[in-house]
Amino acid sequence: MDVLRIATAGSVDDGKSTLIGRLLYDTKSITKDKLEAVEASSKRKGLNFTDLSLLTDGLIAEREQGITIDVAHIYFSTDTRKYIIADTPGHVEYTRNMITGASNAEASIVLIDARKGVSEQTRRHLFISSLLKIDTVFVCVNKMDLVDFSEVTFTAIKDEVAALATKIGFSGKLHFIPIAAKDGDNVVQLSPRMPWYTDKALLEHLESLPVHQNDEALPTRFQVQYVIRPHSNEYHDFRGYAGKLVSGFMKEGQKVTALPSLREATIQAIYTGNKKVSAAHAGESLAIELSEDIDVSRGNMLVPTGAAYQQLSTFTAKLTWMDEQPLTIGKTFLLQHGVNRVKAKLTSFSHVIDMNTVEEKGNVKEFRLNDIGEVSIKTAKPIFADIYKTNPRNGAFILIDEFSNHTVAVGFIESI
Amino acid sequence: MSEQNKASIFPRELEHEAIYIMREVAAQFEKPVLLFSGGKDSITLVHLARKAFYPAKVPFPMLHIDTGHNFPETIEFRDRLAKESGIQLIVRYVQDSINEGKVKEETGKYASRNMLQTVTLLDAIEELKFDACMGGARRDEEKARAKERIFSVRDDFGQWDAKKQRPELFDMLNGKINVGENVRVFPISNWTELDVWNYIKEENLAIPSIYYSHQRQIIERDGLYWPSSDFLNTSEDEVPFEATVRFRTVGDMTCTAAVLSEAVSIDKIIEEIKEATISERGARIDDKRSEAAMEKRKQVGYF
Repeated sequence: MDVLRIATAGSVDDGKSTLIGRLLYDTKSITKDKLEAVEASSKRKGLNFTDLSLLTDGLIAEREQGITIDVAHIYFSTDTRKYIIADTPGHVEYTRNMITGASNAEASIVLIDARKGVSEQTRRHLFISSLLKIDTVFVCVNKMDLVDFSEVTFTAIKDEVAALATKIGFSGKLHFIPIAAKDGDNVVQLSPRMPWYTDKALLEHLESLPVHQNDEALPTRFQVQYVIRPHSNEYHDFRGYAGKLVSGFMKEGQKVTALPSLREATIQAIYTGNKKVSAAHAGESLAIELSEDIDVSRGNMLVPTGAAYQQLSTFTAKLTWMDEQPLTIGKTFLLQHGVNRVKAKLTSFSHVIDMNTVEEKGNVKEFRLNDIGEVSIKTAKPIFADIYKTNPRNGAFILIDEFSNHTVAVGFIESI
Repeated sequence: MSEQNKASIFPRELEHEAIYIMREVAAQFEKPVLLFSGGKDSITLVHLARKAFYPAKVPFPMLHIDTGHNFPETIEFRDRLAKESGIQLIVRYVQDSINEGKVKEETGKYASRNMLQTVTLLDAIEELKFDACMGGARRDEEKARAKERIFSVRDDFGQWDAKKQRPELFDMLNGKINVGENVRVFPISNWTELDVWNYIKEENLAIPSIYYSHQRQIIERDGLYWPSSDFLNTSEDEVPFEATVRFRTVGDMTCTAAVLSEAVSIDKIIEEIKEATISERGARIDDKRSEAAMEKRKQVGYF
């Protein structure tokens, strides 16, 4: 069975929690005791409806303030596949949590209140989906019941979002669905109240979405995490290079080149767990045995011999700043690309994005918490990364503050 | 994905993810440990660890905090698994913490050692200088757990600060910590109860007998079936009776309720869970103390 990871973004007002609650309810993924607990809490708070956001707002501070602060993970499955929803906060001050939740998603759901239309949040969510190169975005125009299921209202919002997507340069697929999450219209089944909508209901779309479709067609990249040395009599000379094949395809007998040493070797055996396999696929955790004894250690990369790769030590990147302390030019960090860490320095700023207009603003002095923009970086040692747009699995990095040890930024490699 | 994934009900992607996380732990930390409770989730972790480092031995020990109120079947299973896997087993006892005067036994009919074991755990982490503790907690179990990262940093006092969690992007795990801090790691964060059972089935894993339907002396209290034992304080009108039950989770005998069940095989258990209208932790008395019971325990260093 495969897994589809989805990110949702928005605040309680958009009906996001109601939509998730509806998906859980209609796929029979919520148990009676959990529902009863939510009903009881809603009553205690003096609400006259069951507040499904209480299901996902798991922290004391969130329930106190009635907002989503951090990402919650919600699970449900159908006969087709397992779903993981990263339910992320919509408020601007929690943009970093939104990016955290969306970073592993293959699809995102952007909710728009039919009465209010496109908001600053919509622009930000779409921009982040585009930045992360999320393949498919579902724009759900919610609360259609409050606009008399008007096709005109829906079409106006659709046209505005489509124009916005073009402006941002979003390259994935966009689907527009008019819904009323409260009553379930077009969520699991097509609604008789909107006969003018003839495309699929949201869940039908999700069920038929291909997963990890492109990963195998991307360049082969295998970064070594850990070297397995049994030191036992039976496996005296065994050396297994453990790691994840992030993209591409590997097979027994294939010639590979180790980076940065440029030494060549042949794949003698591939293990997934305790089983030998003849071939490996993108996304799998492997241990690789090589025929020749070459020096390979954690953070090194194996690529097919003769295949193109990139060696970078100065590059530009789109960056999201995630720390309270502003980012300034000249600051040094530990840059982590995959599992490999190198020292890095921030050499210049190009621009930050104004989220209200999604336009670039130049003349930048610093990056503040949640700012997204473009920077130049120099690393002490080369890294073997791809341009994020051409291979997202090997084109992102994080920055770690050397003093606090916090993860303070995420970057997407833009150009060399 | 491979043919194996297509044939498997269990999403194999989750196994690859868990193995990746365990290898990061082995590579990034000096003294990692696997927290073993004897339940199905930690049994799954042990199995994943053996696969992650095959054909080498698992490069970390397992730690069990023995409350003294365990099911005897769990302890027996634990010792057998340690012997068979060759993984070093370290046990620390809540009774020792009580004897040393560090914690005080609860009294009354709801007395349990669930809160007490946090102190024993934190002492063990300090004594043995563990910098990463892997646990079998899953995000689907409880709403505070749904918010936790895969690498969750704890301060010198073992505390979790929900508002200051590090962003976790893609699969890049940042295990850098300051002296005195440690990281709790949850390799099966994204698994559900059903995923664990499908995995146990497909991997043919042995589990303690109390997960299967059996005859047991129980008492009824607050609409739940409590296993009758010497550790449970009962009133006169709580008369034990025999019933056919099984346990859906395995904690202490004083905080784990039984469910009436005829499920004698993994297939039957899976069927039963699919039909269940009560969640897994619905049978955990320790979660019922308040709406934020789990978050409050996590803040002070609970598993």
